[in-house]
Amino acid sequence: MDSLKIIEAILFAANRPLSEEEIAALLIRGGETAGLLFELESLSAEVIRQMMLEYTKRLEETSLQLVSVAGGYRLATREEFAPWISAMFDEAKPPRLSSPALETLAVIAYRQPISRAEIEAVRGVAVGGVLETLVDRAVIRVAGRADVPGRPLIYETTPFFLEHFGLRDLNDLPNVEELKRVKLPDPPILENPQQPELLHESSGHTQEN
Amino acid sequence: MLNADLPGWRVSLPVFDGPLDLLLYLIKKEEMNIYDIEVGKITQQYLLHLDMITQTDLEMAGDFLVVAATLLYIKSRTLLPEDQQLPEEESEEGEDPRWELIRQLVEYKKFKDASFELQLREGRREKIYYRETEQQRPTIIPTGLGEVGVFDLVKAFQRILDRAREKEGFREIYEERYTVNDKIQYILDRLDKEETVLFTALFNDVCSRPEIVVTFLALLELVRLKQIKARQSDAFSEIEIYRGPTPTLV
Repeated sequence: MDSLKIIEAILFAANRPLSEEEIAALLIRGGETAGLLFELESLSAEVIRQMMLEYTKRLEETSLQLVSVAGGYRLATREEFAPWISAMFDEAKPPRLSSPALETLAVIAYRQPISRAEIEAVRGVAVGGVLETLVDRAVIRVAGRADVPGRPLIYETTPFFLEHFGLRDLNDLPNVEELKRVKLPDPPILENPQQPELLHESSGHTQEN
Repeated sequence: MLNADLPGWRVSLPVFDGPLDLLLYLIKKEEMNIYDIEVGKITQQYLLHLDMITQTDLEMAGDFLVVAATLLYIKSRTLLPEDQQLPEEESEEGEDPRWELIRQLVEYKKFKDASFELQLREGRREKIYYRETEQQRPTIIPTGLGEVGVFDLVKAFQRILDRAREKEGFREIYEERYTVNDKIQYILDRLDKEETVLFTALFNDVCSRPEIVVTFLALLELVRLKQIKARQSDAFSEIEIYRGPTPTLV
């Protein structure tokens, strides 16, 4: 049987991105049931990547595309068909992220894990409320506490963040090399003890990795 | 020019995401080079906007004032003849007083530009659709054992507490002495004997709420010290506790 067809079927039925390793594992396990032998050695990540490339070519004739997002592959419709698909859904989309929220998110994305004071030093403005929104929207989460005086909470992006922005991984961020390196202004040393931050739980989209 | 005396005179301003955003806007509007800001001109413009911002958005006003103070400080320094300028703490001899602010602006701008790019991606992402499959069947895709975050622990802990509440009835009140240290020792002892311990098993023979809480605190402390880890094989399975890869005892 054509392995690309098997992969197509898997991707069609999947409801989340599948990584190269997962696809390889599924080929092998399914093969055992079907009496088709796939060997692990012959299914390296590189081999799967090649297969995906080939599969992308097959999709050229269709209205579908293969997207590489959040560490895996997914089938999706092409952009130009959006008007027709959105006509089908009664979409009550959550509002787009505001520009202060996006700015804050950008700082977190490039420099995670990062504390509120550090973010504020970059943006020059208090970000308490914005952080809450971002946690509610499940694009960031609390990563723990920093080992500095006051032990402030530190934030990181979630896998859902990658999905929401259609990013393969954090290295897929625009201009990533420079923004990872750029020196950040020092946050002020706690002059005024900040109000205790609330540990909030991200709603939905909890990740299982 | 602005006539503040005119009654009911209102101006609609672009919304600024903060003082740095306003500065960038002014620099662009005045067609200045970001590396060569005309402090006097910018300060004047900035203060003009500041007036309106403090009237409309008290929450952000503080942050805008901080930058206003910085601008005025820089301006005051540049006004003095060089031989009368006070040497600034920590600053290099002869360093441009504007430099610190410029550096902050340049960095801020990089992140701001990145956020625009993110916005574009978000827009593009919105236009593509995945198949919205409800997961009717539990997946057994071999994802490997996933590490558990603190919120998963807190959730599991909540369930233990709820269970304890159900069990709670009338009982004698007696002095309870549990310390986090005892419980840390208890958990480590158990992990010496067994490779993994179920999260719930730690609370099996614990019945009072204070003891449950202390046990949980001990658990969190151990996780923090990287002595133990928590994992879960899939979304609905039990959380397991096990020794971290490099146990260095304190």
